[in-house]
Amino acid sequence: AKTRKGMTDKIDSMLKSYGKIDEELFDELEEILITSDVGVETTMEIIDNLKTNVKENKIKDPIDVKKYLKQEIKDTLNKVDVDRKLKIEPSPAIMLVVGVNGVGKTTTIGKMACNLRKDGKKVLIAAGDTFRAAAIEQLEEWANRANVDIVAHSEGSDPAAVIYDGIQAAKARKCDVLICDTAGRLHNKKNLMNELNKIFRVVEKEYPEATKEVLLVVDATTGQNAILQAKVFKEVCDITGIVLTKLDGTAKGGVVIALQSELNVPVKLVGVGEGIDDLQNFDPESFVEAII
Amino acid sequence: MVFESLSEKLQNALGKLKGKGKLTEKDVDIAMREVKLALLEADVNFKVVKKFINDVKERAVGSEVMESLTPGQQVIKIVNEELTKLMGESESKLEFSSNPPTVILMCGLQGAGKTTTAGKLALLLKKQNKRPLLVACDVYRPAAIKQLEVVGERVSVPVFTMGDKNDPVDIAKAGVEHGKKNGNDIVIIDTAGRLHIDENLMEELQNIKEAVNPREILLVVDSMTGQDAVTVAETFNEKLDITGVVLTKLDGDARGGAALSIRAVTEKPIKFAGMGEKMEQLEPFHPDRMASRILGMGDVLSLIEKA
Ligand SMILES: Nc1nc2c(ncn2[C@@H]2O[C@H](COP(=O)(O)OP(=O)(O)OP(=O)(O)O)[C@@H](O)[C@H]2O)c(=O)[nH]1
Ligand SMILES: Nc1nc2c(ncn2[C@@H]2O[C@H](COP(=O)(O)OP(=O)(O)OP(=O)(O)O)[C@@H](O)[C@H]2O)c(=O)[nH]1
Ligand SMILES: [Mg+2]
Ligand SMILES: [Mg+2]
Repeated sequence: AKTRKGMTDKIDSMLKSYGKIDEELFDELEEILITSDVGVETTMEIIDNLKTNVKENKIKDPIDVKKYLKQEIKDTLNKVDVDRKLKIEPSPAIMLVVGVNGVGKTTTIGKMACNLRKDGKKVLIAAGDTFRAAAIEQLEEWANRANVDIVAHSEGSDPAAVIYDGIQAAKARKCDVLICDTAGRLHNKKNLMNELNKIFRVVEKEYPEATKEVLLVVDATTGQNAILQAKVFKEVCDITGIVLTKLDGTAKGGVVIALQSELNVPVKLVGVGEGIDDLQNFDPESFVEAII
Repeated sequence: MVFESLSEKLQNALGKLKGKGKLTEKDVDIAMREVKLALLEADVNFKVVKKFINDVKERAVGSEVMESLTPGQQVIKIVNEELTKLMGESESKLEFSSNPPTVILMCGLQGAGKTTTAGKLALLLKKQNKRPLLVACDVYRPAAIKQLEVVGERVSVPVFTMGDKNDPVDIAKAGVEHGKKNGNDIVIIDTAGRLHIDENLMEELQNIKEAVNPREILLVVDSMTGQDAVTVAETFNEKLDITGVVLTKLDGDARGGAALSIRAVTEKPIKFAGMGEKMEQLEPFHPDRMASRILGMGDVLSLIEKA
């Protein structure tokens, strides 16, 4: 929260230092967006629209430009007019959590499981990462903290088989939500993406009646590569939502602005720490506040 | 692909000018705009890009276009040379203490790849006939200790742990003592991931440093990192005076502009590249290859080198 305030103050005094609205001022705003990982293309689009708006509305005071810039970004974010609530109704529901290595999938699952259980849902977790060292033990610890049940096989076993068992268990135990962890994988690894596709097909085949949510977890410190990641993951397992983690750091996660519109998939949740309560709903308003 | 576009754009912008005479300020300006955009797309930090572009511009204006090249290629050649210079021209190796054990401290943000890299380093050093010991100082993340134990088992290197109820500073001290007693000439300390703005945890690292006097303090950075890489690297370097960087997940397709940003702000060498999740997948870092990866023009560059 401290860093955010510092940033806002800096921009305000920067704007105040301008006597009039000129090219240089737009350059500075452009810099702010790019250093927030918004990306060159999206930044140029936003700034171009901003320029048009400023002209059309005959804005004269540099301070007012900020308001218009915020609105512009919010509009871009809201172009995706999809529901930002998790798709878990009607029961039963299954959530598949995917993403590249180390972004926060397992941690996010622990947080979500806890929230859902508190909401009165019967939650089950499936330990679909059978590859990484101690990934199963890590998820077991989270299941423990969240006070929910877990289905796990041993390290090195077939992840699709774990998910299959998870589905059978969820049916037998009449669970509301089954959350499936998967191993981190880079989107350019063909065999690992095929493995993920196999898991996805097991879900389609074995649990057709379930409400499906496929969450792509993206680390806020990631730069433009997130867009490539998202495209490939979407092809392989039809992403329905994005979770943006590690927003408690100094990275702004601006890449999700482009990511959302490219995929037409909404950001649903944000991770703001390592604790079990550090998960929030994505709020475009405060996201934009943090950038400018 | 984005990759081809920079060289194409440069050829298009400058191709019309025949490959004779000197580069004019106007040629260079046109070219620099494209280079700037390409670097930003590759996640090189904004400020680093600005400075880099200015430096290159100075050198490029008025330089002779070689007989065999077009002005576009000539600019690429200069950009690549300057980029390589900035990245550091040659490989940088691990340093060892004259008075063993050599203590190596791993640090970095959450999920960067510290624990995995600790295991990889242990394996690499074992192959060089060293006797490494891994020390588990991450007492926070669920199953972090277990993870290091599994990693240690995979590479057949002993792991020193004291559970998660002890202070990481005490564990580090005891780990080094244990290493001394057991004839380990290398002690690799795995620490918990932390944010550079987390005062308490950054102080913990400083205390570990003070307690065990590491020969190497390696900052582990994910090669997919965006603009924030400079802030992170700058802060870790300020607080700990790191000795080097490990760039992980380079087996992905990120252009890896973070490498350039980190190098520019810390002036510390990138010593290793993580090339996969398996324990053998750690390589010495090649600055020159990174330059062409960031520019995304490996093919064009090899063409120019032949010219
Ligand atoms: N600061 C911060 N750290 C987080 C957040 N979410 C996760 N982490 C940390 O990031 C690291 C990686 O988290 P994991 O949940 O293991 O990530 P993963 O995607 O499951 O990783 P792999 O399974 O190895 O691919 C851990 O140290 C987490 O504590 C967050 O929102 N903020
Ligand atoms: N593809 C690929 N994955 C890697 C590489 N290095 C590490 N990983 C993966 O990245 C994820 C995180 O690695 P860890 O070693 O647990 O990272 P860490 O920095 O110790 O994480 P924390 O302790 O939670 O802060 C795991 O899934 C690793 O397998 C690499 O070079 N390439
Ligand atoms: Mg995981
Ligand atoms: Mg670790």
